[in-house]
Amino acid sequence: MSVRASDAPKGAVTIRVDCLARVEGEGGLQVKLRGDRVQELKLRIFEPPRLFEGFLRGRHFTEVPDITARICGICPIAYQMSSIHALERALGVEIDPMTRLLRRIFYCGEWIESHALHVYMLHAPDFLGCQDVIEMAAAHKQAVNDALRLKKIGNDLVTLIGGREIHPVSAAVGGFYKVPARRQLEGMREALLWALEASLNTVRLVAGFHFPDFEQDYEFVSLSHPDEYPFNEGRLVSNRGIDIDVMEYEDCFAERHVRHSTSLHSAVRARGSFLVGPLARFNLNYEKLTPLARQAAADAGLAPPCRNQFKSIVVRAVELVFACEEALRLIDAYEPPVTPMAPVEVRAATGQAVTEAPRGSLYHRYRIDDDGIVVDARIIAPTSQNLRRIEDDLWSFIPKIASKSVDEMTWQCEQAIRNYDPCISCSCHFLKLHLERAPE
Amino acid sequence: MTPLVIGCGNPDRGDDAAGILAARRLSEFGLPAIEHSGDGLALIAVWEGAADVIVVDAVITGAPPGTVGVWDARTAPPNLDAFRGSTHHFGVAEAIGLAGALGRLPPRLIIVGIEAAAFDLGAPVSAAVRCGIDEAVRRIVALAGQR
Repeated sequence: MSVRASDAPKGAVTIRVDCLARVEGEGGLQVKLRGDRVQELKLRIFEPPRLFEGFLRGRHFTEVPDITARICGICPIAYQMSSIHALERALGVEIDPMTRLLRRIFYCGEWIESHALHVYMLHAPDFLGCQDVIEMAAAHKQAVNDALRLKKIGNDLVTLIGGREIHPVSAAVGGFYKVPARRQLEGMREALLWALEASLNTVRLVAGFHFPDFEQDYEFVSLSHPDEYPFNEGRLVSNRGIDIDVMEYEDCFAERHVRHSTSLHSAVRARGSFLVGPLARFNLNYEKLTPLARQAAADAGLAPPCRNQFKSIVVRAVELVFACEEALRLIDAYEPPVTPMAPVEVRAATGQAVTEAPRGSLYHRYRIDDDGIVVDARIIAPTSQNLRRIEDDLWSFIPKIASKSVDEMTWQCEQAIRNYDPCISCSCHFLKLHLERAPE
Repeated sequence: MTPLVIGCGNPDRGDDAAGILAARRLSEFGLPAIEHSGDGLALIAVWEGAADVIVVDAVITGAPPGTVGVWDARTAPPNLDAFRGSTHHFGVAEAIGLAGALGRLPPRLIIVGIEAAAFDLGAPVSAAVRCGIDEAVRRIVALAGQR
């Protein structure tokens, strides 16, 4: 990050942050202020588009999960699994119940590694007034050591099930190419019990942070399952009446191109921005959390509906508790699937799926022909869905902090963007901030 | 004592493969060498418990491509920007910085940097960097022989 004041007119101030740190991907923020009124605000996303949807066309459907797993190094499982679920739905594949269970453990691994990374390494330094986790480590040595161990446990779980920690290779349409033995998963129990304690400590730590007083009337959107805190199955719901099968996603949500972003902006048709991610999941699925996770939330002073996105760091910590408990519960119930690869009959078909990546709902749609070749693909990343909402937050938040110094405003704008754990590489897919204060 | 060599990089991203290819070559010579993505947070766990570590990675310092530099990470931490060839935010330099702050640096940590030129997706390693890998392997074998 670099911040410099420009030679703006007398009374006016310009802030530029040439690279917003601690987000995944490349982008920038440009703001023009007159007094406390925002005149122009653009979350500029200039990372080149990656065109995954284009080069999936013409590939055999069996190749898709290995290609989509390459979209993201932080949440490859969500990409891989959304594509697998969409294709299985297109082809009417019935998976083994133990395959489904194993896939949920897989998600737990990804949530643990991704949330541990974001909570401690990327977002906590904002709240503690540190430039980065290296500076933070000096005063919070134990916390950072615990975070590293926590993240490693998530990675180990992913490696055990997926074959490797980044861009896993075991998952396939119909199941898994290779499944772990029960004793291998049981081997993770001790580590997960430690991770559960560390996650509870994480909730306590982040609950003590100072949160800006900033509530918004969000439309929260997430998956919802009758019995489970959502990972990979359910209807898509919102606090404003959305309750749809995921195949209706594109009827309900629209994507549009804006000139300042290589990533498309999503909106609820005829309504506007919406929020996906931990805060939405928590508010819409609170009762599906485990009692311990709910208690941890209550002890942290968190109850639904929480409308302060700065508190998403606490929700992530609560979801860490949930993910550890859920993994332990599922490992106890696990037996290797009788049919690790369900039979798949190829036919021309279209299928959609939404799964919950750590940073929010992730939509995939595929159309394949009689030979199983992908004719059309659509991938809508959580960060893409949140981009318009991030801009809306900043439109409302910046006037509240307009009396602060340029450096403080810049710091808090970046913090507000990181509330969303944005993964810009996935949504298109780094950040630069340019704040201009015009004379009143 | 034989040092643990960790070759970092992405084999499918042009010159970023330099560290990986050096590790493969060293394995062929029978030296313990690990291939690693370069994820800094994971790297701290990889060198945990090892007393003598050599990390080899592509770097950008402005030197001619293929130039090999050797640093003692404990006494002369490398410039953070030198390792920003990839989009991994927590890379080798951050791993050294964070491990230093946490007291988790190996007792001996040598960084061998191979100056890179390009990081295009799917591109092969450039000719100059291939020569650099040869030189890095020679330097690492010599370093290992001194132990």
